[in-house]
Amino acid sequence: MTLTLGHFLTLGAMLFALSVIGIFLNRKNLIVLLMAIELMLLAVNTNFIAFSHYLGDLHGQIFVFFILTVAAAESAIGLAILVVLFRNKTNINVDELDSLKG
Amino acid sequence: MSQTLSAPLLAAVPLAPLFGALMAGVMGTKFGGNSIGRRASHTFAILGVLVAFILSAATLKSVAMDGARFNENLYTWMVVGGLKMEIGFLVDGLTAMMMCVVTFVSLMVHIYTIGYMEEDDGYNRFFSYISLFTFSMLMLVMSNNMLQLFFGWEAVGLVSYLLIGFWYNKPTAIFANMKAFLVNRVGDFGFILGISLIAAYAGTLSYTEAFAKANELAVLTLPGTDWMLVTVICICLFIGAMGKSAQFPLHVWLPDSMEGPTPISALIHAATMVTAGIFMVARMSPLFELSEAALNFIMIIGAITALFMGFLGIIQNDIKRVVAYSTLSQLGYMTVALGASAYSVAVFHLMTHAFFKALLFLAAGSVIMGLHHNQDIRWMGGVRKYMPITWITFLLGSLALIGTPFFSGFYSKDEIIMAVQASHLPASGFAYFAVLAGVFVTAFYSFRLYFLVFHGKERFDQNPDAHHDHHAATVDDSHGHDSHAVHHHPKESPWVVTIPLILLAIPSVIIGYHTIGPMLFGDFFKDAIFVNVDIHKGMEVLTEEFHGAAALARHGFSATPFWLALAGVVSSYYMYMVNPALPAAIKRNVMPLYELLENKYYLDWFNENVLARGARGLGTLFWKVGDQTLIDGAAVNGSWRVVGLISSVVRKFQTGYLYDYALSMVLGIFVLMTYFVWLK
Repeated sequence: MTLTLGHFLTLGAMLFALSVIGIFLNRKNLIVLLMAIELMLLAVNTNFIAFSHYLGDLHGQIFVFFILTVAAAESAIGLAILVVLFRNKTNINVDELDSLKG
Repeated sequence: MSQTLSAPLLAAVPLAPLFGALMAGVMGTKFGGNSIGRRASHTFAILGVLVAFILSAATLKSVAMDGARFNENLYTWMVVGGLKMEIGFLVDGLTAMMMCVVTFVSLMVHIYTIGYMEEDDGYNRFFSYISLFTFSMLMLVMSNNMLQLFFGWEAVGLVSYLLIGFWYNKPTAIFANMKAFLVNRVGDFGFILGISLIAAYAGTLSYTEAFAKANELAVLTLPGTDWMLVTVICICLFIGAMGKSAQFPLHVWLPDSMEGPTPISALIHAATMVTAGIFMVARMSPLFELSEAALNFIMIIGAITALFMGFLGIIQNDIKRVVAYSTLSQLGYMTVALGASAYSVAVFHLMTHAFFKALLFLAAGSVIMGLHHNQDIRWMGGVRKYMPITWITFLLGSLALIGTPFFSGFYSKDEIIMAVQASHLPASGFAYFAVLAGVFVTAFYSFRLYFLVFHGKERFDQNPDAHHDHHAATVDDSHGHDSHAVHHHPKESPWVVTIPLILLAIPSVIIGYHTIGPMLFGDFFKDAIFVNVDIHKGMEVLTEEFHGAAALARHGFSATPFWLALAGVVSSYYMYMVNPALPAAIKRNVMPLYELLENKYYLDWFNENVLARGARGLGTLFWKVGDQTLIDGAAVNGSWRVVGLISSVVRKFQTGYLYDYALSMVLGIFVLMTYFVWLK
């Protein structure tokens, strides 16, 4: 059996679905939420690489590097916000962060 | 149009009194820190009016002698679309005559005020007001367009309001000035409707341009109806005149306006402001000539006023109120003359009336001063011994008022009666009866007043109210006058009071004789007043019958009005001098009639109980139902309730949890993608 594009796309979709579920179901730690977001980006990256390989277009892989860089920056900002949030609220429990409530 | 009149000099005529008013009103009061005293205030005010009078007299001379005319716009206030709003002057015979009458009477009243208001705290304020009035009235009569006319019209109304309530601590004065203001609003509403209709259909506010289009207006009807447009315009304008010139049923404010100081009763509520309506109708004669219906209406209103207001004068006991009702009645005469298309006769009567009625009021004021602010004629009598100048001038004024031949009032009143007789309008029959009967009534109440005040027993010690009322009177009049509790005998007023009386008495006697020829039958008013001679032949008939002033007066001795007036004088002499018990006996026998007159035909009652209370009821209804229930309840509170209801549902979705938002986002993307990928 050879690996086809379909396998990689399925993997990407599963990763994506996992991270989405991670966002919905996680009621505890905000860090897990950030990790789920990272996972989502990785799922997208997997798709990019798979398409790049099978279509023979290197642009897709260049794109992945950009996404990784942006993701790193984004998680750095996310973690910084999280630290500030913890200092203010003394917890980072998702269930207790409801100050957006109307 | 010859240009011998200079615009700056004309502009100075109204501006000089305005300057005086500002000096007295700003510098002489708390506004300017009381920086000038009484003497300076009245000097500025009188100088302003004196300048205006001299310039007016010069204007009259060049208008009458050299035929000078002036019609120019001096300043454009604003232009809205095609409608120009300008300030300008139109000077012709009518204007020049009005300017002279206004400034002359105003000057006399200014001088008189020095004596009359001597002890009043509001001395400077009073001078400021009467100078301001002179300015407003001059703007009104000199205007060459309807907007400026309306400005002057409202300004004189404002000053009238301020002056009626001059003694603002007196509740009756406040009531009276409010009443005057409200009643005048009714008239002014009609007036501005009329002006607006002219502006809407003629597209101009200028007199000359509007009159040039009069014949185009004459063929139009009011949209949606078959009423002639020009009739509607004229009746609207005349409603304005009814308010200002106190014609039935909008006359109710004038008797009450006597709450103000006597000088303004003479200036504003007898000689000048109340005649603004007469002036306006005469000025608008090219429009009024087009509408028979409006002329009939005017004549009926005037006739009712002339006769029925005279009746009220018979039973009044306040010296000023008798003269006030006489003013109403004389204004009715002028209005009847307008209705008979004898505009020049109306204006002629306006002029003679201005002199003799101002004289009567000022003389009445002099009597009031002499009797320590007692106005009740039941407690006068025999004053002629103590106040000879006042007595003589009052007598001359009364003789002029009742139309004694050779006196000024004779010429104007007689011409009015003849003009009504010559009129062919359907209303002229009633009007003729009313003006003839009015002659008797006028003579009766005038001489009742005269006999009760100047002849008979001296009754001023018997006034039951006089002694214990002193403190109240002091407060009411804010005069601080009656500090001497024991009544001295009345004494003649100072020269500042008697000089104006004498100066007014002269024109009251002679002016009719000298001016009737040029004013009524010459071409003095030729381009100011338009009479459609094909239809309204009244003036032609008068011209044919006129053979000089002296001949008219000699003829007057044998005519009906003279005998009616004589009958009025004789019967008042009999009833109040020979047999003083008779009036009381008559009063007992015709009690219902007396009560009808005492209550002024129940018009005040009607106004207060039906109109005022009805309006208040309607207001309460709108307040309760419209405002509180509909607007506040349904619209304002209703809308917030609906928003609150919706948001209380929507709020449920806003949990504040990140995962809920993320879920709804994902679901939204899912729905959108389903739509775009599969369903489209």
